[in-house]
Amino acid sequence: MAARVVNEFTKGFWKEIAPLRFALGICPALAVSTKVESALGMGFAVVFVLCMSNVLVSAVRNVVPDKVRIAVFISIIATGVVIVELVMQAYFYPLFLVLGIWIPLIVVNCIVLGRAEAFARKNPILLSLSDGLGMGLGFTLSLVVISSIREILGSGTWLGMPILPEAYPGFGFLLRPPGAFVIFGLILGIMNLISARIEKKRA
Amino acid sequence: MQDYLLMIVAAMFINNIVLIRFMGNCPVVGVTSSYESALGMGAAVVFVATMAGTTCWIIQKTILEVLEIEYLQTLVFILVIAALVQFVEILMQKVAPPLYRALGIFLPLITTNCMVFGVSVLNIKEEHSFMQTLVFSLASAVGFALVLLFMAGLRERMDATGRVPQLLRGVPITLITAGMMGLSFAGLLGMV
Repeated sequence: MAARVVNEFTKGFWKEIAPLRFALGICPALAVSTKVESALGMGFAVVFVLCMSNVLVSAVRNVVPDKVRIAVFISIIATGVVIVELVMQAYFYPLFLVLGIWIPLIVVNCIVLGRAEAFARKNPILLSLSDGLGMGLGFTLSLVVISSIREILGSGTWLGMPILPEAYPGFGFLLRPPGAFVIFGLILGIMNLISARIEKKRA
Repeated sequence: MQDYLLMIVAAMFINNIVLIRFMGNCPVVGVTSSYESALGMGAAVVFVATMAGTTCWIIQKTILEVLEIEYLQTLVFILVIAALVQFVEILMQKVAPPLYRALGIFLPLITTNCMVFGVSVLNIKEEHSFMQTLVFSLASAVGFALVLLFMAGLRERMDATGRVPQLLRGVPITLITAGMMGLSFAGLLGMV
């Protein structure tokens, strides 16, 4: 049992890391990745919503009839998002302003509904919690990777601290929306390359 | 009148909902491998997004704001959209079976399309009037459908030539192409 819990947790980081492997949840990954700070905020918001929805969905899995399950799942998720929204507005107001419309949009994040549908409704609570935690942190990790590249190369800073020399002019293209798409595509290509290498070694 | 024209151009191209606002990327990656499915998805979204945008606006103004429960906006909007999609599905099945056969499989996917939900929230955030809501929702959805069709056409060509490197095939090259497309759309910036 313990091994399975660990397994469900760690698969979210490489083997099934959602945005990079399955192109799930790429909209927020592209939108809030101009700065590492906002990427972290978004990541933790998703971790919370994902854990809560996975636990609750798993808890009601034997009660909810199949036909109305999507509506039930979405209500659960939306409740979690409203909690995050209100807490963030009260205690992390600057972050709330930066993330803006992307906080309510967690409701329609494919990862959250995807995990409810594919995992939590078939598995016990503890496994679902560890799955949610792993998937959420995997999402955060991908966001941090993308935003690090964009922030360091785009404006020469990381988490607001200057990294590159002052004379660095900044690569504005990466901070604009089209740059996000290109960087994301290149990261996926590099992931494929690494995976192919690993496969080759095993064979 | 001119305001509306500017709004249409801005929503369709300059602030394109997919390429600049980053909403609804999943279908752009997921259903653009063939032209027919892109057309079906695009048409279904135009239909649902326009209806959802206006319905959510009416509910916001007549119920949520009157009762002062705006904080329930997220929960209410997503339920409205889910119900609306279900309703459209049933209605289409009864009234227009050929249309249902063409668009039917895309309808359930639309509930979790962030573009539909995003447009509904944007309408409230930017304090649009009812007419503006209608125009903005429609223009954004048409912009989405356009990108979907462009992407499907490009991908069919790229697959046909077979010159895309193995490692970039599928999702990566789609995203990079979207970036290039976004650049050209951003080139229209000076118009407004």
